[in-house]
Amino acid sequence: MANHQPTSGNPRVDIEYRRKKNKEEMKHQVTSFSLMIFLTLIAFFAVGYGYSHWFIAPFIILLAVIQVIFQLYYFMHMSHKGHEAPSLFLYSGVTVGAITVLAFSTIIWW
Amino acid sequence: MHADEKMTYETWPAAPEKATLEAKNKFLGFWLFLGGETVLFASLFATYLALKDKVPNSEHYLAKDLFDLPLVFMATMLLLTSSLTSVYAMYHMKNFDFKKMQLWLGITVLLGAGFLGLEIYEFNHYVHEYHHTFTSSAFGSAFYTLTGFHGAHVAFGLAWIITLMVRNSGRGLDLYNAPKFYVASLYWHFIDVVWVFIFTVVYLMGMVG
Repeated sequence: MANHQPTSGNPRVDIEYRRKKNKEEMKHQVTSFSLMIFLTLIAFFAVGYGYSHWFIAPFIILLAVIQVIFQLYYFMHMSHKGHEAPSLFLYSGVTVGAITVLAFSTIIWW
Repeated sequence: MHADEKMTYETWPAAPEKATLEAKNKFLGFWLFLGGETVLFASLFATYLALKDKVPNSEHYLAKDLFDLPLVFMATMLLLTSSLTSVYAMYHMKNFDFKKMQLWLGITVLLGAGFLGLEIYEFNHYVHEYHHTFTSSAFGSAFYTLTGFHGAHVAFGLAWIITLMVRNSGRGLDLYNAPKFYVASLYWHFIDVVWVFIFTVVYLMGMVG
């Protein structure tokens, strides 16, 4: 938890501690960025190699979902405390969105 | 803590984006807005999926004839990197380093502008080389509405960040503007979230048919 403040009574010590925490968090951010780049590369290569459509479509969508989870929980800090309401808003949006996509992509089958 | 309080390195709070009541409200309200944006983009994706390759006759180009992987890859890298640079900007904001925050926001803006340039080139190419326009087919309408809406979000995000940078250039960081920068960076990340699905669903899935 990067926003945790120890109460040592010495503000200078607290600031040093916070800076250190921020720095550690920034390292995690760079790691998740590298993973996101890696997932993107896999997705582009999978399409470039031309595997079967039935394999590629679900596979690259899965990669996209993983990448978006990284983006939301690390870059947008949803892993931090105090994001209960944002999660509610976002997942409500995702639910409505998923139903919409499902409805539109099944209605064209008939 | 008050928004107009003069802050120093020592007094700067750990979570400046939520230190005042106004900041807390802004944070909550913005996430509500992002929930709404999710629904908006999902409906555009749904429309695109239903109308993909729906063209009136065989003279029209389909997704697999149009898209160019290297160009989309370049655009993706630019936008993804700009997401990281805006994380760097917020890292410096939390450490009360105004100059470095401005520098990283500047880099973010340049990368975003690069992305927008590529997208304008791409649309121009489709219109002139392939006669794939907004009104040429249902496929064209759905494609340009989805990608165009995203492009408009990028343009708006750039204007927003530039305005914040210019407006606060002489002020330095305080608890009044720190939440504004934070919320703008959330918006920028959200644009990247949408792009991840656009490059996957529109371009990559378009290439495989």
